[in-house]
Amino acid sequence: MSSTTVAGTATPPSTSRSVRILRRHGWTIGVFLLLIALVFYWRGQTTLKWGPFDVQSLAIDALPLCFAACGQAIVILSGGIDLSIGSMMALVNVVSARVMLHMSFRDAVLSSIVIVLGAALVGAAIGLTIVVTRVADIIVTLAMLFVLGGLALAVLEVPGGGAPTRYQNLVTLDTVLTHWLPSALVILFGAYTLMWLTVRRTRVGLALYAIGSNRNAAYLAGVNVPATRVLAYAYSGAFGALGGLALTAASGLGDPNAGGIYTLNSVAAVVLGGVSLLGGVGGLIGPICAAFVLTLVKTVLILRGVDQNYAQVIQGALIVLVVMIGGLVVRQKGKS
Amino acid sequence: MATELLLEAHGLAKSYGPVVALRSADLLVQPGEVHALLGANGAGKSTLVRLLTGVISPDSGTVAVRGEQVRIGSPARAAAIGLSPVFQDPALVPDLTVAQNMRLTADDPERVHAELRALDLDLDFGELVRDVPLPLLRMIDLARALAREPELLLLDEITAALPSDLAERVFTVMTAVRERGGSVLFITHRLKEVIASCDQATILRDGGAVATIDPRERGEEAIVGYMLGPEAAAAAAIALEQEAGPERPAPPAEGASALEVRGLSVGLVREVSFALRPGEILGIAALEGQGQDELFAVLSGQRTPETGEIHVAGKPLRARHPYDAIRAGVVLVPADRLQALLPQRSVRENIASPRYNRPGRWGAINMRDEGRRVRGAIDSLQIDVRAGRQARRLSGGNQQKVTIGRWLASGFRTMLCFDPTRGIDVGTKRQIYALLRRLADEGGAIVFFSSELTEFPLVCDRVLTLYGGGITAELPGPAADEASLLRAMHGLVEETGEAA
Repeated sequence: MSSTTVAGTATPPSTSRSVRILRRHGWTIGVFLLLIALVFYWRGQTTLKWGPFDVQSLAIDALPLCFAACGQAIVILSGGIDLSIGSMMALVNVVSARVMLHMSFRDAVLSSIVIVLGAALVGAAIGLTIVVTRVADIIVTLAMLFVLGGLALAVLEVPGGGAPTRYQNLVTLDTVLTHWLPSALVILFGAYTLMWLTVRRTRVGLALYAIGSNRNAAYLAGVNVPATRVLAYAYSGAFGALGGLALTAASGLGDPNAGGIYTLNSVAAVVLGGVSLLGGVGGLIGPICAAFVLTLVKTVLILRGVDQNYAQVIQGALIVLVVMIGGLVVRQKGKS
Repeated sequence: MATELLLEAHGLAKSYGPVVALRSADLLVQPGEVHALLGANGAGKSTLVRLLTGVISPDSGTVAVRGEQVRIGSPARAAAIGLSPVFQDPALVPDLTVAQNMRLTADDPERVHAELRALDLDLDFGELVRDVPLPLLRMIDLARALAREPELLLLDEITAALPSDLAERVFTVMTAVRERGGSVLFITHRLKEVIASCDQATILRDGGAVATIDPRERGEEAIVGYMLGPEAAAAAAIALEQEAGPERPAPPAEGASALEVRGLSVGLVREVSFALRPGEILGIAALEGQGQDELFAVLSGQRTPETGEIHVAGKPLRARHPYDAIRAGVVLVPADRLQALLPQRSVRENIASPRYNRPGRWGAINMRDEGRRVRGAIDSLQIDVRAGRQARRLSGGNQQKVTIGRWLASGFRTMLCFDPTRGIDVGTKRQIYALLRRLADEGGAIVFFSSELTEFPLVCDRVLTLYGGGITAELPGPAADEASLLRAMHGLVEETGEAA
């Protein structure tokens, strides 16, 4: 269908579908390609044969950060930021490790569901606090970083507790259909599909993007802005809980200090994954790929025998470099 | 007329702190009519629309739709009871596609698309809103409102940023809505449009409705009369009488221009040229969004012009940054004082701040010299510095004096004052008028925009009116009474002004 061109209102040129998909998801595709390149580089570093075990170990390492990145991405997409997500993971980690210590597998799974729902409620409470008090997101969630972190220490002062072996195997050993597909990955994408894809295309999902893109326009269009903001934090709580449970399953322990690194790492994964810190732009696949990239970079650096401290420097530099290159590409696109 | 009113609003009032936006407004809309809502800037039009569409809640007053009392409360609720607005700012989210925006508001993209095609426009709904030009966004907003088949369609200055062929289509739509029994509330500054297409017109002045008239019968002059009010009309007459009096010495006629603009185009502004001499105060009068924002942005170095030249004291100025303009001596006093001030810092630092950024002054600050200059500015402006530790604690008038004082202390050639008396009490306003005059007498040139038309004859030597990005009239200051200005600002042909 040809579009009428009005004097002074040139309608934008219609672009083919494939070009548009490439343009809109270019960043995600780029991060995915970076991940593939890293995987090949990683394999090039060893002479050992590449096997299912490698995929499994990568999935175990990346799973907690993947969940944290998902939660953080949803909040940042909606125009906020959640600094408490690391402490949420720590709290869930120690609570689950204490509760599940002598439980059967079935009870452990059931209590996991209860914990995730409970964490979503805590997240909603955080969101409600932000909406009602009108205190900035960053301040409320920073305060909650300390509150939840303190609670985690109160629940379990030193690493301890445990989880049923079968529960741990879900993340560390089990595979689905083939040895190459660890169940950790299936759980990740199951949670992604169930919790995100189902709402992504509904009005609620659109509202999450809308309030992050332009809160005033969203309000004028009739979006319930406060409720949507609360929902974003509920999501963050739920994904944070999944991350905490992944820590429990992967380590078989509860550690009140385990979650600390995930707050800032989740922000790093979100930024690297192509989500705009201003909100409204991006998705969850990008941050998930970025979480794998960040995990893999660490693995590769350890493998190469790089000093731990320098490894952090390199990781930080990589984030800046990738985001900078991405920004240049976007600007170039804007000019043409 | 019809037995039952479609919309009946009584005594709607809204204040923001001490500022009364709407005092008490009544509005009656019959079914099947196109009703214009008119008024000067600040008369309360936008506030009334925002109340009727649930964007804000009234402090008092009632709204009834088809005889039933309603509490609107939110934009979603307004849409549900048949009030569909098209706001000045498009209610479309930039990072979603057009289709996603439709789904966001529970509108059927197909139906909206059909409405858009009925307007003889087309667009791929898979495009991101960010990539769609503004006039087209307005039309999409309109199509969405139409797809809801509203009982009352509210159009808030929809034609202000539309090219004339699109504006024509809006008028066609208004007629179509009327034909199927709906009503339209049409807010505009363009009186010609009102005469051409509206059945009724309600005029607001100072936050209240002063009259509802048949525009075709009464004509433009009557509308302007109601917009002005009897006091202003009387004041205008007095001002005209004073014109003859030798109050003000004429500014020097010869010598280089302090500021000269040739063929300037940027955004809406098209081929604007003017010059002002040292010692002259040049007024720019315009309705909202006629290009004055762009003009001031270019002159103060915030934007670069598309074409045209700016000369300052005979030398061309190609500013890429406000710093370049300031160095050439062209300084800005913006309407939003907090945009110019460092609100948490002291009056002294605020006044001294423009002096910090000259190269060669990056070393230690000469505190004694600074103190002397700042004190000089404070004294000559009579700034009340009792709350001077933090600029944000000052009253609006004193804040404005500080923004002017900054340029007094550092020196300037041309001062651009954009609505410098917005939200300032009468006493301080007078002080600012006197101050501007004194600055001009001392050899400064001043470009003065104001949303209050009564200020022009008091302040200016000469007034230009801007309409649709072009200059429509040039009036000598004392002759720039409200009636003449309003006519010229609405793009109406000025019959007597040019002779002066």
